[in-house]
Amino acid sequence: MTNNYLITLLLGVPLVGALLLLLIKKDKENLVRYFGLLVSTLTFIVSIIIYTGYDSAKGGFQLVETNMWISNLHISYNVGVDGISLLLVLLTTFLTPLTLLSSWKSINKNVKEFTFFMLLLELGMLGVFVSLDLFLFYIFWEAMLIPMYFIIGIWGGPRRIYASIKFFLFTMFGSLLMLVAIIWLAVYASGILGHFTTNLVELYTIAPNIPYGIQQWMFLAFALSFAIKVPIFPLHTWLPDAHVEAPTAGSVILAGVLLKMGTYGLLRFCLPLFPQAAIHFAPYISTLAIIGIIYGALVAMVQKDMKKLVAYSSVAHLGFVVLGIFAMTQESVQGAVIQMVNHGLSTGALFLLVGVLYDRMHTRLISDYGGIAKIVPVFATFFMIASLSSIGLPGLNGFVGEFLILLGTFKSPVLDSWWFAGFATSGVIFAAVYMLWLYQRVVFGEVKNPKLNEMKDMNKREIFILSAIFVFVIWIGIYPSTFLKVSETSTQKVIEQVFTPLNGEAK
Amino acid sequence: MLNNFQEFYNIIPVLLIGAGILISLIIEMYSKKSEVILPWFTVLLFLAAGFHALYTIDSISVVFQNMLATGGIVNIFYVIFTFGAAIVALLSIDYIKKYGTYFGEYYLLLQTSVLGMMLMAGAKDLFMIFIGLELMSVSFYALAGLNRKRLNANEASLKYFLLGAFATGFIVYGIALIYGTVHSTSIDMITSRFYELSSDKLFIAGILLFLIGFSFKIAAFPFHMWVPDVYEGSPSTIAGLFSTGGKAAAFSAIIVTLGVLFTGRIGNILMPYLAVIAVLSMFYGSIVAISQENIKRMLAYSSISHAGYLLIGLAAGNSFGIAGVIFYLASYTFMNLGAFGIVALIEGKDESNLTLKSFSGLASRYPLLAALFAIIMFSLAGIPPFAGFFGKYYVFIAAIKSKLTWLAILGVLSSVISVYFYLRIVVLMYFKDSEGDLKLDLSKTGLTAVIISVLLVIIIGIAPGTIINLISSFLK
Repeated sequence: MTNNYLITLLLGVPLVGALLLLLIKKDKENLVRYFGLLVSTLTFIVSIIIYTGYDSAKGGFQLVETNMWISNLHISYNVGVDGISLLLVLLTTFLTPLTLLSSWKSINKNVKEFTFFMLLLELGMLGVFVSLDLFLFYIFWEAMLIPMYFIIGIWGGPRRIYASIKFFLFTMFGSLLMLVAIIWLAVYASGILGHFTTNLVELYTIAPNIPYGIQQWMFLAFALSFAIKVPIFPLHTWLPDAHVEAPTAGSVILAGVLLKMGTYGLLRFCLPLFPQAAIHFAPYISTLAIIGIIYGALVAMVQKDMKKLVAYSSVAHLGFVVLGIFAMTQESVQGAVIQMVNHGLSTGALFLLVGVLYDRMHTRLISDYGGIAKIVPVFATFFMIASLSSIGLPGLNGFVGEFLILLGTFKSPVLDSWWFAGFATSGVIFAAVYMLWLYQRVVFGEVKNPKLNEMKDMNKREIFILSAIFVFVIWIGIYPSTFLKVSETSTQKVIEQVFTPLNGEAK
Repeated sequence: MLNNFQEFYNIIPVLLIGAGILISLIIEMYSKKSEVILPWFTVLLFLAAGFHALYTIDSISVVFQNMLATGGIVNIFYVIFTFGAAIVALLSIDYIKKYGTYFGEYYLLLQTSVLGMMLMAGAKDLFMIFIGLELMSVSFYALAGLNRKRLNANEASLKYFLLGAFATGFIVYGIALIYGTVHSTSIDMITSRFYELSSDKLFIAGILLFLIGFSFKIAAFPFHMWVPDVYEGSPSTIAGLFSTGGKAAAFSAIIVTLGVLFTGRIGNILMPYLAVIAVLSMFYGSIVAISQENIKRMLAYSSISHAGYLLIGLAAGNSFGIAGVIFYLASYTFMNLGAFGIVALIEGKDESNLTLKSFSGLASRYPLLAALFAIIMFSLAGIPPFAGFFGKYYVFIAAIKSKLTWLAILGVLSSVISVYFYLRIVVLMYFKDSEGDLKLDLSKTGLTAVIISVLLVIIIGIAPGTIINLISSFLK
């Protein structure tokens, strides 16, 4: 196989790029910007090559590479992609160059460090999605905190220090308990195989046989870590702070990719490794997800700050994804996967648009705006599309994901009640309320703030960034099967993994 | 039976340092340029001894009528001591000039303390451990108070001496009880009769006293009282040596003496004691460190907390734990020397710039220094991919393997607490604007030493397997 080094290439490009960046002189800011863009675009091209090399009909982990790393613990550098991670890899590599482009003008301080951390962040996120070894996964998962911490802390808003520390401590708390669980799994596997292992594929066959009582604890340790990252209500309090204080690029990456790491973790690790516990806890977690959907929407409704509004809408949207995952039907999981991508695109676009406003007026308060439709028509149009996509209007991407999730939840054997889907549907209505109301207050009405008259419309760079996103927003809305096809076999496999051991042995 | 030549060849690292001490004395007495020669001589001496120890790592033997062991784990400890001390010596070149006065004894005492550490790690007899311990400790007391004009230094030295002597008392009493029950001070003899004597109350009391004495030396709670004051009062470079070489030597003595307990051949009767002080040290160190305003005191409490993590490895009582502890000590040595090295670089005349506030805005003025310090802080906090993470990983594996999952969980909780104060430094350096104008006359040799430590921290983080494999291969 000649494709064997593709994933390493995918990780290598941002890493080498970041290191080479250090050699550029600090004051050559434009060179730094172009270089960062070049590196992230190259990464995107590599991910496209991976996409073409992936056989979605076959499913399973492909382009796998294994090299022993720490031999006496059997920890290996084991990477590969399946349909689910491939979509998220593409999302990451697609959003990173766009965010770098979006901060072309708004980041003026320490451009070199900013680009350096963005590339490291990309490396960390990609590493999380392609790791097939729990230990390797954990390293990327934790290491990724460092660049995000700096991005919020150095380039963030007035309360950035509080927000960055809160972000770090919340995530760290969850993930350290996961570390204990990972070690426990490795030790447990050594009792069966005769050697330690954190290899995911090996653990897929071992872990489901862990005694039920312990499985529950293991599930909770993993799920807590992921739930903080998603975030699932009531662990969401770090999110609005981090979002509001982060610079636009940070918010886009945070909402677009970082949160997906949590849902990805649930799907990749919690469900297949601890199926019985997952089924046992599914109703509880789904309930929390629904509380998140409704709570997030209600809190979003009363926000005065646009960025906070979008942040709370993320809590609601991610609630849908979690519900889809724990409904454990083919449709709902497919919907969850596509909704992860959707949320990355539409919320990313919303954050970028809020960033556009903020760059011009230096305020994010909704009350400072109003009636800008005539002043900045292009912006108003783009904002409309992004809002509708977030609401889930048929024909745009959001609809596909939410529809599949609700459909799957209705017929879910695990949840076994229409209440879940019923309540979740109300979230769709709330979403329409807060988004359209936001749109109305910002774009329509009288121009109350005289400063708004001098506002400039979006420039070519900004139009390009958002158009690139909207291509996919519409593509997924009209012809989702391009993307659904990629993850179909892989989600099917996850469902099988959850239900097989239960049928296999009656416990 | 080894012939004499082979015996001498195997302990060349120890002999080198011994000879170096004599040569240093002569240089100090007769050379007018001793101020220039002696530091570099010391650095080279340590490196030579360290590399020789690495080179002869496979020549495992017991020499001098069962007094000293060579090769294997012993040599790994030698490498930790000598490389650590080489970094300290490199840091000291400019630091002790800044610190006040130059004393030739400084380098001499550095060498004697390392010789003491080496004798402790290689000991095959309790008396050897005692000789090594005293050689190290007495050198340490003198080094702490080297600048007699400073009140702080005098206090540190006296405090260290009084409490150190107290701890030595425990150790001697312990040795006496052990001798009384085993009828020998040979460690092999103790090991072979451990199981049969483990029901003998006097013997167990002896072991416990011995362990309590060393708990002082490794700075574990509740025997930690001297640590913050001594670190604060001593020269920063020397405080770095206390917290790394001194700690590693004390751990090596515990491992050589009680190794039989920790390799799973007999039940670990000391587990409850070790686990309790491990938990107390971790939490006490992490929690109290949060409220510190002086960087050296903060590092002192961090050192107490790290003693706790290290003790987890011993409490686990399996060979993984021992390998983990040695690995942890190696990575901790370089992280902490890097940390104290940066403190030494930043410290101004008359011990100024030692509050946390003096780190504010460091990143904009000295980006390299800030980046190095940030890496060290992340590593001390146990965040991958740096060396500190792997140290913790190994001891937690050992704990879970011995069904001490609760100990590992408490360990990670304490880690979360410690993240807060380590990150506080990063916050100050990167997120805050500078207060006052900090002007540093950066010492090139000192900066080199810090860079080497940080590179080692990164390299150990990337390839931990090689080192852990090396250690494990000698534990079988």
